[in-house]
Amino acid sequence: MTPELTTSPGSPAWLPPTPAQTVGPFFGYALPFPGGACMASDGDPHQITLHGQVLDGAGSPVPDALVEIWQADHDGSLVGAPGTLRHDQVTSRVLGRDGIRFTGFGRVPTDADGHWAVRTVAPGPHRPGATPYLAVAVFARGLLHHLHTRIYLPDQVDQVRADFPALAEERLSTLLAERERGELYRFDIRLQGPRETVFFDFP
Amino acid sequence: MSTRPLTPLTGDPTQRDIDAAMAEADQVPPPDPHHPNRDYPPYRSSALRHPKQAPLPVVDPEAVELTGPVFGVTDVSTLDNDLTLGQTGEPAGQRITITGRVLDRTGRPLAGQLVEVWQANAAGRYAHDLDQHPAPLDPNFTGFGRCLTDADGEFNFTTIRPGAYPWRNHLNAWRPAHIHFSLFGTAFTQRMVTQMYFPGDPLFPYDPVLRSVTDQSARERLVARYDHDLSLPEWTLGYRWDIVLGGPSRTLFEDR
Ligand SMILES: [Fe+3]
Repeated sequence: MTPELTTSPGSPAWLPPTPAQTVGPFFGYALPFPGGACMASDGDPHQITLHGQVLDGAGSPVPDALVEIWQADHDGSLVGAPGTLRHDQVTSRVLGRDGIRFTGFGRVPTDADGHWAVRTVAPGPHRPGATPYLAVAVFARGLLHHLHTRIYLPDQVDQVRADFPALAEERLSTLLAERERGELYRFDIRLQGPRETVFFDFP
Repeated sequence: MSTRPLTPLTGDPTQRDIDAAMAEADQVPPPDPHHPNRDYPPYRSSALRHPKQAPLPVVDPEAVELTGPVFGVTDVSTLDNDLTLGQTGEPAGQRITITGRVLDRTGRPLAGQLVEVWQANAAGRYAHDLDQHPAPLDPNFTGFGRCLTDADGEFNFTTIRPGAYPWRNHLNAWRPAHIHFSLFGTAFTQRMVTQMYFPGDPLFPYDPVLRSVTDQSARERLVARYDHDLSLPEWTLGYRWDIVLGGPSRTLFEDR
């Protein structure tokens, strides 16, 4: 139905939003695309690899989740660029990114073990003094409305603590990627239960 | 969350068990009246996949999430919005067109937005290896498409009316015919994945995914409208469905 203008509490005439629905189990041939997880431009000196599992309340892997990332470039720019899903205009086949422009957007489905990985660049501060992070959206079968979280790199721990003074240390740690070796970081997303990931709301 | 926990379902529930659980859940207002409660026992796979901690509110007007990815002409090809093309033959089923606008909550059209859709074929089967529904696959229908909204925020798809399909939520569970939609908006906070339904479907009262939206007027916003003016003689039946993306209220007026 075409929505009608209505009045929301505390605001002028606003349209009510379209409700969310689960991504379901069968997005796998529609939403993921070749190169979705390779966000870094060719030869970028600031490349990092992030990986982890999406886990449910029983600690079991979630094999039908989709992880999306939106982030600033290493210089802090949030302008992004089109071309993440570049298609051949004749055959309609996916060509993928051009390898030159950093689009800022990545999308990766979890595998049968609930695992995902992306290669990207370490984000820069999006304004002077800001703590850099990667914004994450999580979709899954069984999740009626997607979730937002953030990935902070471990060298930002003091700044993250200052940004979220009310957050208990154990909860705070769910927002920090763990350095495994070199520029390889682990970030698990726990939808529920012990060490449940901190998810955000934007009122 | 402050809402009381709902009774979890165990065993092999029947439609009657699900009906009772849906009636119970109808009495519990979701944290956000416009969206489903992520804890919705009648949709059984939500049980272990919803956070129990309340989300942390972010009020930083310079948050990364208040910007978002951009897409352009290179990200789609011009035929991607016709799901009946691209194969050697015509897909089985009834050809339909779906048109609508993508708006923000102030009614402003969102131009140049990527819209992605995916759906079952006319027999209710997805072209997905894990779909075990013993209905025929259609070699002429892959069931996914995409387009960019035009200057008026309008999208347009030509496709086949999808069939209802069974699923394993409970005994005799059937999803009403629906098309999955994925949308962006100008901020990552406006990111949206939802489903469009067809008017008058007799399966509506039995489906816990649709009924997870407990507010009836909100639920009605997921149902397209048949629009005779969009139907084309000897060719397609037309449906209209407008989509309104949410997002943080405080930012919407600032960049106008
Ligand atoms: Fe579906």
